[in-house]
Amino acid sequence: MDISLLKRRAENEWEIPVQGAMRVPGIIYASEALIRDMDAKVHQQVVNVAGLPGVVNASYAMPDAHWGYGFPIGGVAAFDPDAGGVISAGGVGFDISCGVRCLHTGLSRAEVTAVQAKLADELYARVPAGLGSTGMVHLDAAEMFAMLTGGARWAVARGWGLPADLEGTEERGQMQGAEPGEVSERAMQRQRDEMGTLGSGNHYLEVQEVTAVFDAAIARVFGLRQGELVVMIHCGSRGLGHQIGTEFLRHMAVAAGRYAITLPDRELACAPINSEVGQKYLGAMRAAINCALANRQILTHLVRGVFADILPQASLTLLYDVSHNTCKVEAHRVAGARRQLYVHRKGATRAFGPGHPDLPQSLRAAGQPVLIGGSMGTGSYILAGTEQAETLAFGSACHGAGRAMSRHQAHRRFSGRQVVDALAARGILIRSPSMRGVAEEAPEAYKDVTAVVAVAEAAGLARTVARLEPLICIKG
Amino acid sequence: MTARWEHFPHGSDIGVRGFGSTPAQAFAQAALAMTATVTDLTAIEPHEAVVIECEAPELELLFAEWLNCLIYEMAARKMLFSRFEVRVEGERLHARAWGERIDPARHHPAVEIKGATYTALRVMPREGEWLAQTVVDV
Repeated sequence: MDISLLKRRAENEWEIPVQGAMRVPGIIYASEALIRDMDAKVHQQVVNVAGLPGVVNASYAMPDAHWGYGFPIGGVAAFDPDAGGVISAGGVGFDISCGVRCLHTGLSRAEVTAVQAKLADELYARVPAGLGSTGMVHLDAAEMFAMLTGGARWAVARGWGLPADLEGTEERGQMQGAEPGEVSERAMQRQRDEMGTLGSGNHYLEVQEVTAVFDAAIARVFGLRQGELVVMIHCGSRGLGHQIGTEFLRHMAVAAGRYAITLPDRELACAPINSEVGQKYLGAMRAAINCALANRQILTHLVRGVFADILPQASLTLLYDVSHNTCKVEAHRVAGARRQLYVHRKGATRAFGPGHPDLPQSLRAAGQPVLIGGSMGTGSYILAGTEQAETLAFGSACHGAGRAMSRHQAHRRFSGRQVVDALAARGILIRSPSMRGVAEEAPEAYKDVTAVVAVAEAAGLARTVARLEPLICIKG
Repeated sequence: MTARWEHFPHGSDIGVRGFGSTPAQAFAQAALAMTATVTDLTAIEPHEAVVIECEAPELELLFAEWLNCLIYEMAARKMLFSRFEVRVEGERLHARAWGERIDPARHHPAVEIKGATYTALRVMPREGEWLAQTVVDV
């Protein structure tokens, strides 16, 4: 990105001043190095979002921002329904409520080393991954409605989890306001056999070791110890969310004219929150959030089954489950007044600070766990939300490393087999149905997650708590 | 001028582009490009035909709709397609796609396609032929 287009507001905060159709400025949280590396299209997309009706304060981009669809990936924007604010299907994305869930295991690396290959094989055999895989749960129409209304709470009631899992899941496992009646027959058809499947692309299930603790006090509250193993699950609302995203993108693109909304990019397709299309999308999107929560809950159940058979001493308890593609209604203080805003986070993680009422009692003193996925070779981070983040970007932080090269380039540059062998030599076991898929997800295809996390911390968006490195990666 | 397809890079996903002497032919080629993001086209046996019909108020939206209908059929039927016959009449599209059920052991699917986006979406004449392109989210 051309740095001369920006006004530096702080070491890691850059402003795109209001110009043209922008209603608010753009703000990018990044170091100078990350800014220089950022795609120029991120600038354009931040500017475009800043021009949407009812946008509040600013159009934000997180340190891992990259070229997305309409919104940048790593984009955050809040809209006020009383000021003509919009909701955007493109702003949430196709993979509604894609997110990350982290489970403690209570195990140390030494306990797993002897059975590492067996654990990898069993996880791969029992957690459906990749295109064409189907889950163990098949939903008829009544169960589909129950799932879309109940989310993870529905899954736990069916025996796929523990009541305690709901405490650590956003929305206590159940997104209120879901309207399964707004979910199309096609979306439900796509989901019928996909509950409890991991999917593909950048989705994964990893067994990781806590290799560094940076904030001992918060780590204690989170229950994280150096040397402990955790399970990290990254996936979303599967076919149902993809279909809802697809259908509403079109509805909103076609309806924009009716609401006198000028779209600089059709992908920004949106509708006023207080409109028929806006309300229908909201109901359907919330149903998809429940689908994602239920899906990660069923995957948790499958993982527990594998550990129970191979490492019965393991105790898989949930640290947290957080989504990074959503639009949520949240109360935020704007110019001294509390307002109910519709906060879009596209490839950005909610990062509520200490004391926030939405956090479970056990974590409230420390702030919300912010789960950051890296690439399969480099590692992941757990951060904690800060009070400051609330004033910076509506309580939001980054969500991952972001790609350094396209899939196209990665596929040409790397051999999946060589990637698997190189990682195995470092003690990281990969299981995947596709070597080409592995090549496209090669560690070198991603940016340095450590740099992204360092900037998120320096900018005040979140506090770094622990670093995690993978031992096993199941890749769809 | 030959009908053909290619991929183009996107920050996180993949661009698919088809060329042909008509929009319909470019649409069919882009469908091949899309399937090629998943697997090797020669590995798909065109055993079974599926009829796809859709409509949209403008040609570019019709192209995205066509790819999205195809993505739906791939997902709901768990199939991959490698041969396409496409007819475009005004705002309507009629097509037949031939393929087979996904066999992960044989097809080694690299990605699952979530949807065709409106990013870099173009359908236009270029140097005496038609081009149809967009980015697919995988």
